[in-house]
Amino acid sequence: MQNRVFVTGIGIISAIGYDTKEVLVSLLNRRSGIGSLTLIDSVYRNEIPVGEIKASNHDLQQLAGPGSNKWNTRTTLLGVLAAREAYEQAGLESGTESRAGFISATTVGGMDRSEIFYKKFMADKSRGRLKNIIGHDCGDSTEKIADSIGIKGFVTTLNTACSSSANSIILGTRLIRNGLLDVVVAGGTDALTLFTLNGFNSLMILDREICRPFDETRNGLNLGEGSAFLVLESEERVDRSGKKVLCEISGFGNACDAFHQTASSPEGEGAYLSMKLALDSAGILPGDIDYINAHGTGTRNNDLSEGTAVRRIFPAELPLLSSTKSYTGHTLAAAGAIEAVLSVLAIQNGVIYPNLNFSRQMNELDFSPVTELIKDIQIKHIMSNSFGFGGNNSTLILSRCS
Amino acid sequence: MKAFIKSAVAISPQKTFGIKGFPTEVMDYAETGFLKCIEPLYRDFLDPMVSRRMSRIVKMSVCGALGCIQNAGIKMPDGIITGTGLGCIEDTEKFLGSIYTGEERLLNPTPFIQSTHNTVAGAIALAIKCHAYNATYAHRGFSFESAILDALLHVSENPDTHILAGSFDELTPNSYQITRRLGLWKTEPVSSLSLIKEGGTGTMPGEGLAFFMLTGKRDDNSMAQLRSMRTLYKPHSDEEIENVMTRFIEDAGLSSSDIDMAILGLNGDNVSDRIYRHLMKGVLNGIPVSCFKHLCGEYDTSSSFALWLASVIVQSRQVPDCIRLGDMIPEKMNQILIYNHLWGVNHSMYLLSSC
Amino acid sequence: MEQLIAKLKAEIIEVLNLTEMTPDDIDADKPLFVEGLGLDSIDALELIVLLEKKYGLKIGTAEEGKTVLRSVRSMADFITANNKG
Repeated sequence: MQNRVFVTGIGIISAIGYDTKEVLVSLLNRRSGIGSLTLIDSVYRNEIPVGEIKASNHDLQQLAGPGSNKWNTRTTLLGVLAAREAYEQAGLESGTESRAGFISATTVGGMDRSEIFYKKFMADKSRGRLKNIIGHDCGDSTEKIADSIGIKGFVTTLNTACSSSANSIILGTRLIRNGLLDVVVAGGTDALTLFTLNGFNSLMILDREICRPFDETRNGLNLGEGSAFLVLESEERVDRSGKKVLCEISGFGNACDAFHQTASSPEGEGAYLSMKLALDSAGILPGDIDYINAHGTGTRNNDLSEGTAVRRIFPAELPLLSSTKSYTGHTLAAAGAIEAVLSVLAIQNGVIYPNLNFSRQMNELDFSPVTELIKDIQIKHIMSNSFGFGGNNSTLILSRCS
Repeated sequence: MKAFIKSAVAISPQKTFGIKGFPTEVMDYAETGFLKCIEPLYRDFLDPMVSRRMSRIVKMSVCGALGCIQNAGIKMPDGIITGTGLGCIEDTEKFLGSIYTGEERLLNPTPFIQSTHNTVAGAIALAIKCHAYNATYAHRGFSFESAILDALLHVSENPDTHILAGSFDELTPNSYQITRRLGLWKTEPVSSLSLIKEGGTGTMPGEGLAFFMLTGKRDDNSMAQLRSMRTLYKPHSDEEIENVMTRFIEDAGLSSSDIDMAILGLNGDNVSDRIYRHLMKGVLNGIPVSCFKHLCGEYDTSSSFALWLASVIVQSRQVPDCIRLGDMIPEKMNQILIYNHLWGVNHSMYLLSSC
Repeated sequence: MEQLIAKLKAEIIEVLNLTEMTPDDIDADKPLFVEGLGLDSIDALELIVLLEKKYGLKIGTAEEGKTVLRSVRSMADFITANNKG
């Protein structure tokens, strides 16, 4: 008999807001966070739009409060702020939770500092400040964030590119379902870096304008940064405490496209499988889904592949669908968790977000995303997709609790 | 949670690949200051058109994984899960270097694509067209443990499943220089084989990978049973570690006297090795002890080498002389306890039994 | 032109790490992508970088890339047409 898993707290920081309140206001006001790159010294500063959080690391340390000087990577700072909001909302007390876990995700860890180190180091192996390199690995931010909220029962980090934090949530859900843990704070964090900016640019998939997911003229993605965490608790724990739940993680799916290192298969096989597995694990039918928060990066490849897979899963009536990446940018490892938080907010507030910047339906698809903000709508089940390089495809199903 | 190990493959600084059991010749690394993997002949396993983009660590890992799948005698695993501390660091360095020398212009995309931590799990899936569950963990001394935990969870959810779980980590000239500046290694080159017996300050860096096929059902080809695995994050004291270990053994329905041998992660640094010596006088008193880091070096996922070693020992019922610490010789090979920690922060324990 | 084609073949082998091939294994007129040599989208990006790095020629759009990179000869034609060969 598997335990049900509920969300009791959410926290977020992104280009559209420093917490859930601010993020919701931006969403409802169709206010995108994509704009100029201001905090990184790059030759592409005035060329490539990004979803940048307009706060320096020093500003973030001020926000984080006393003791924040030990969190020196931007990745950690973002994560501390988001995890703290989720933790406080769920009413958890630091350091007192046994059978608790912390599962984070990041693609490039402390690269915002280590790339500063490497620049000096590569010119001269005796140069570069060591304090800039010690936070390089993916586990560093996780441990610092876990320490900041006092969780030490179980700690780990996922890295499956753009599906990373969706997988954090999946692992947390499975651990609770199987009775191994009672509470898990799960999510992810990624900061903008010269490394990822240039990496995606070398792949020629960065749009020089604000991205247009699912649009026929789409021309790539906008990178973003941010962090989000969800507090997951077992049904038994929730019943005991009598606390309010925000929604349920009722299903999930993880499948591999196994087509190419970076490109998704034209028929969207991996995406199709992860969505199908998610529906099966939730024990619901395609017709039960009210809204799909798509991965929808705005690249020519993803949107075609995902759109094709969506049509395969929903051959009859399609649920409302939109990508929120023209709001936040593509936040890499944080995307799954950020979009899960947006899905929770959608369920809580009865809203469906518009797919900004859309004007022309894709030739290959027979559907278009939602372009209007829809309010006062009862949402029972949301499907949230996150698809990464390496063919790592993950899907979450979040459901309203009566 | 538990599982049976159907196959175990390691590529390491020892001649561990492509053989059954433990290698007859043991390699000593005395001059370089580090231990490097003995690479397989890639052409035997990989199509050059596929492997041409792969970095050294990716090629090695895919070989190791394919070898593990082959040895297990199954066509397609139901999941591929990897763990790595630093990921594909060579390609990360390469791409970063090109950003600086090229001033962000005209960058070759290949090293960027290959630098992502999930490249190996993706490459394995691609090689065999596996659409099943695929995950990568990147968390220091818990990277391998997280992959194993995830695999054990899958097996507990469905005992018929077959999960390929493993880890990889590489040492590059740059990562060696950086960690040397951090003061982690011996300042003078020592013989790796005498690393643990000599003691002192610092240890030696290594690298390697290991893959395991885990399943819930035992059969005639099962190597060993992984009875349990536990991690411990930032324990407060030696006592806490000892209490956890005692409970770990008890939860398996055993007492210390049932443990035939302990494989411990001593690495030749007196500070790091203190806890092991404390346990050897405490809960592990009277139990024959072996070590492994003099064979593979210190790196985030070295515990996978220990698990490979233990699997081979349980299956062959033989303990190589070169791993024994002290004079005690194990009489039986039925229960092996592995305990390792990385820099005192990430601790892990495994209990392996004969089938 | 033949000299340029020979040079391009060697550069392609180097940049794409086709270690098992020699220039004689590449037919100048056969397709580079999908069929023929069977290169993929990452190879296309690498060849675009090659053209700009070694010959100073920029590929503007994906469509242009498809035409220019069709075969070794079409690459050579592109270079020559832009007086860079």
